[in-house]
Amino acid sequence: MTVDQVIFLAVALLTLFAALRVVTTGNIVHAAFWLIAALFGVAVIFALLNASFLAVVQVVVYIGAIAMLFIFAVMLTRKEMRDRGPQLNPNWRFGALLAAVAFGGLLLIVNGWSGVTKTASAVPSDFDAVSALGNALVSPDAYVLPFEVASVLLVAALIGAVYVAFNQK
Amino acid sequence: MDFLKDPLKVAADWLLGIFAGWGMAELWADILIAFLGIFVLIALLMLLDILLVWIERKVVSRFQSRIGPNRLGPFGLIQPFADIIKLLIKEDTTPEGADRALYNLAPILSMMAVLILWAVMPLAPTILNVDLNVGVLYIIAAGAIGTLSIIMAGWSSNNKYSLIGAFREAAVMLSFEIPMLTMMLIPTIFAGSMGVAAITQAQDVWYFFLAPLAAVIFLVAAIAELGRSPFDMGEAESELVSGYNIEYSGMKFGMFYAGELLHAFTFGGFWAILFFGGYRFFGLEQVSAFLAIAILFFKAFIGYWIIMWIKYTLLRIRIDHMLAFNWKFLTPVAFTLLMTTAFMNALLADAPSWLYVGGMFLSNVLLAWAALETARYYSRREREKVEGTQKVAPT
Repeated sequence: MTVDQVIFLAVALLTLFAALRVVTTGNIVHAAFWLIAALFGVAVIFALLNASFLAVVQVVVYIGAIAMLFIFAVMLTRKEMRDRGPQLNPNWRFGALLAAVAFGGLLLIVNGWSGVTKTASAVPSDFDAVSALGNALVSPDAYVLPFEVASVLLVAALIGAVYVAFNQK
Repeated sequence: MDFLKDPLKVAADWLLGIFAGWGMAELWADILIAFLGIFVLIALLMLLDILLVWIERKVVSRFQSRIGPNRLGPFGLIQPFADIIKLLIKEDTTPEGADRALYNLAPILSMMAVLILWAVMPLAPTILNVDLNVGVLYIIAAGAIGTLSIIMAGWSSNNKYSLIGAFREAAVMLSFEIPMLTMMLIPTIFAGSMGVAAITQAQDVWYFFLAPLAAVIFLVAAIAELGRSPFDMGEAESELVSGYNIEYSGMKFGMFYAGELLHAFTFGGFWAILFFGGYRFFGLEQVSAFLAIAILFFKAFIGYWIIMWIKYTLLRIRIDHMLAFNWKFLTPVAFTLLMTTAFMNALLADAPSWLYVGGMFLSNVLLAWAALETARYYSRREREKVEGTQKVAPT
């Protein structure tokens, strides 16, 4: 095993453990902090794949903004911040079935894909992933349309949020 | 001579020779040397941190017409060491009902969020630490971990003052992150790279002269991000006692305190790197790596001094004013400046450098003037709505 593989295995195990703790811990604020640990693990995996931009954005967006929003929502909506309600609701059997089907389907797709067993070609030393990503996002041959659609969607969401929150006198 | 130019490589080669002599595999020797390098950097930073306590206390005493620590040692230099001994032997208390794991983790994360910033700090042309190609975003990501540590400390202490302090601090940090990141994108536009080292190397003209408004907004946002006065809403000792770190005692409080000081110094350093050329000073940095580090630290200390100057001069701003200032003034100005800079950069791409610098400078000054005039117009209208139209002085 190479050093990269050892790091990957350790990080992947920690990420899975943290993700498991998100749903098994009784304390909802702890769940939010375990979620942060899991998201951080995903960022490390991005970094291991030479996707430094995605790794950093993962930390900025998911840990810096979204997880923080979760914690705020939990802290501001709960009367007692250490409540331990029931963790399962009556639909848990259906939820478990759905999760199992989704996992099985993903496993099937990944197994049928030839790319799984292939070794990735080494990244050339002068390869600039950030500018390649930036060019792909604005080039008409690549992803300019999805990028623009996502931007419009986000602007619409922003305006909608302002409209809902706007206090009309 | 080689040692003066590139001390790190010489030291690493020397260590590698020694480890190879012990029969160590090259891979493990490399890993060990990397760990030693990190250890030395952090140890030196912590040593600097001890001195920062003394510097901060001396400077604030001068601003407030006092003398400051002067009993222990020459100029009171031994005072911070005495403080550390006191912090270490103080009783380490944990409040009843506290969440032990998170309570103990928070000060460590708070210190860590500052120390990992130094991973991308280019200290000299040959000592770049990690030359990350997304260094600018990395700085913001490290800030996210700092916010996390504050929320953690505030919640796990089981104290309503600390929770209120943490909420306010997190609200300020989350909102001021936006103008800060936007202003970091302006050196990125000039240099054509998000790497902090590349931004330093591209600064033949200090970016302060290309974008003075960006430098000012970055400093304001950085002070808010540091949670320092006039934005120290999270601590607000007159209303929240001490804010998010109220329940901490001994060295755990010391970690928050030392982290804050080092954070301020680090942002002084990043201000210098992004807008004042970092370690560059008329080619002096090429003479020796040690000279380059000295230049960077000199600039960083000037930035740190300005941050202290503002902290001990201005009064605390109310939380709603602070957030309104960010969302209604700083953020729109930052976005307008970013768009203007990108537009001017494309327009002046082929212009000679005097025109490029002049055009950028003028566009910044014009934008600053327009922003201030707009703010003045709206605040006057707001005042008139509240007080009714009245002339302040006969004209």
